[in-house]
Amino acid sequence: MALATSPDSRTRAQNRLRWELLAGLIRKDLKVKYQGSVLGFLWSLANPLLLLIVYTFVFQVVLKNNVPRFGYFLLSGLLIWNMFTGSVATATDAVVGNAGLVKKVRFPLGVLPLTSVGFHVVHFVLQLGVLLVVMLVTGYTAFIGWHLLLAIPAVAVALVLTTGLAFLVAALNVRYRDTKHIVEVVLMAGFWINPIVYSVSLVSAHLHGAMGVAYYLNPMAGVVVAMQRAIYAKDVGARSGNPVLADPGYLFYVERLALGGLVSALILLLGVYTYNRLSADFAEEL
Amino acid sequence: MGEDIVISARNVSKHFISHTERATSLKERLISRRSSQTMFHALNNINLDIEKGSTVGLIGANGSGKSTTLKVLAGILRPTTGEVSSRGRIASLLELGAGFNSELTGRENVYLNASLLGLTRRETDGLFDQILDFSELAEFIDAPVKHYSSGMYVRLGFSVAVHVDPDILLVDEVLAVGDEHFSRKCLAKIAEFQDQGRTILFVSHGLDLIERICSRAVVLDHGNVKYDGDPYFATGELRKILGTDLPEEIQDETPEGSLIDFGAVTFSHQPGSEAIAEFKPGQPLSIRAELSITDYWAAKVDKIQAVVMGVGRMPVWAMALDRDQLPNGGGHWALDFVVPSCPRTGGRFVVSFLLLAGNGTPMAMHQTQHAFAVEPEPGHSVGLLSVDYQTASSQIVPA
Repeated sequence: MALATSPDSRTRAQNRLRWELLAGLIRKDLKVKYQGSVLGFLWSLANPLLLLIVYTFVFQVVLKNNVPRFGYFLLSGLLIWNMFTGSVATATDAVVGNAGLVKKVRFPLGVLPLTSVGFHVVHFVLQLGVLLVVMLVTGYTAFIGWHLLLAIPAVAVALVLTTGLAFLVAALNVRYRDTKHIVEVVLMAGFWINPIVYSVSLVSAHLHGAMGVAYYLNPMAGVVVAMQRAIYAKDVGARSGNPVLADPGYLFYVERLALGGLVSALILLLGVYTYNRLSADFAEEL
Repeated sequence: MGEDIVISARNVSKHFISHTERATSLKERLISRRSSQTMFHALNNINLDIEKGSTVGLIGANGSGKSTTLKVLAGILRPTTGEVSSRGRIASLLELGAGFNSELTGRENVYLNASLLGLTRRETDGLFDQILDFSELAEFIDAPVKHYSSGMYVRLGFSVAVHVDPDILLVDEVLAVGDEHFSRKCLAKIAEFQDQGRTILFVSHGLDLIERICSRAVVLDHGNVKYDGDPYFATGELRKILGTDLPEEIQDETPEGSLIDFGAVTFSHQPGSEAIAEFKPGQPLSIRAELSITDYWAAKVDKIQAVVMGVGRMPVWAMALDRDQLPNGGGHWALDFVVPSCPRTGGRFVVSFLLLAGNGTPMAMHQTQHAFAVEPEPGHSVGLLSVDYQTASSQIVPA
């Protein structure tokens, strides 16, 4: 049975990144992850709910945190952070873990780190959906409004950064297996550097002038505060009197995201360049 | 690259940094900066043009660069220097694995593999039944491939590779793994591919197979192309490299130096007439071999045997020159073996000459570097032997 047309178009089909291939690989990863578990995909959805319960209990009942509705505040920033950190951590092993394929089949190698990102984007979208539904059900409707649109540029910046780093670490880890360990440490530190479990106002009080800008050179800082503005939204004000959100307006976030977007774009260029340079030798180095 | 060339390798070299020396961690890289890297030259300046529709065998000793060549041609390894270009979909089965994910089921792996090779899901849907039929793994297709035996693994891999409509099929020593039944199916599939004008490259240690199905064979030795051409002579070249061209027992008996030295071997209609390579059944065939021999060895020769061999070096017939027909002194001899009428069965033949001493021990052996062919007579193309026979039929019980 003859399939696609000319040999040249089939050469391209084998060498070019295709959406179909990416989607197939993501589906495969999801299948492998939930193989043998009864609830399967529901675990990923239950995950943010459990976090919500645990964190609300710890930070509002036990530690008496100043942020009202702390669970919602936390998840506003945490879900996108998890997407980022999960993607980068998985991407570190994307090439090394698929050595069997890389050494035996000729295919567009760029699809491997993209699959890691796609896998976590699927989870992010579904978990965000669950969060919004829960907020709605519990009567927290502050997220409804124009400010929710801020999530679009925030997620876009996060995706560019995530993809860039995914390419970078996937390629570097083939040659230097230390990459994996460095990535683990950096991501762990990143969780505490970014204002996810605490309000950014605690930090911004100490940042003046150039330092205020330098802080947002880390694109995830801008992404996290913008997501909080988009979802947690209503600045009810902390009980201590400090605001919880970085800024009540929009422009503040757009500026920070533009800066973060620029940095992310540079990282993406660096990542893709590094990956393309190193990928020709993957089969040999594995 | 010409229209009918599907893979072209130009001045391709591949060097590996010896594995024990390679720094795999940052620490090692920083500490031992390029201290003593030993390079392994896997391929040296290889030039190959693979024509569309050809079946090319890659042969060589272990470690001669066959698998590396295949990987470089497949575009999986990047050559250190030189260029490789190819046209069309390449399906490869390298080193007993098809790139399966052991956690996934056979079915999922089929889809995964096909999508990596550039097929859409719908295209794979359309092919799935054929793939399954060919692999004969229907009852295991939904089991994870980690539970497959190596034979099953290869069956599925081969089945995917041949059904994704490849323009070029690269196969590394895969037919050795399946059972005979499956090997036959693979060979039938390869024959079908040959008829369809697809290009096949394969690595095998089965030299008989190379002679049987390849239109061309490339002999590799320590990363160099030693011979590129007729599969018959390619296998002969390789046997010389491996030292298996002589029967085991005479290796030590072969006189030192070139005391017995074979010269040209010619095929013609009559002794001394013009050399030809193609014969028709019934035509006379004369085989003349020339050799130089010293007096000492000439005195020891008791008999010279010429063995005509067909496919797979199968001896088809033998002829002998006895002591009383041989010249008395050494020097330059011409030996003539005359067959009044070529066999009706036809085929391609090479001749091997054997010098035997008085007690029957072989002293030296020589194999021709070119073949002669006999066109089979219609109705006699099957079998090694054509015998006289009668036929009859009768009706024992009326309908």
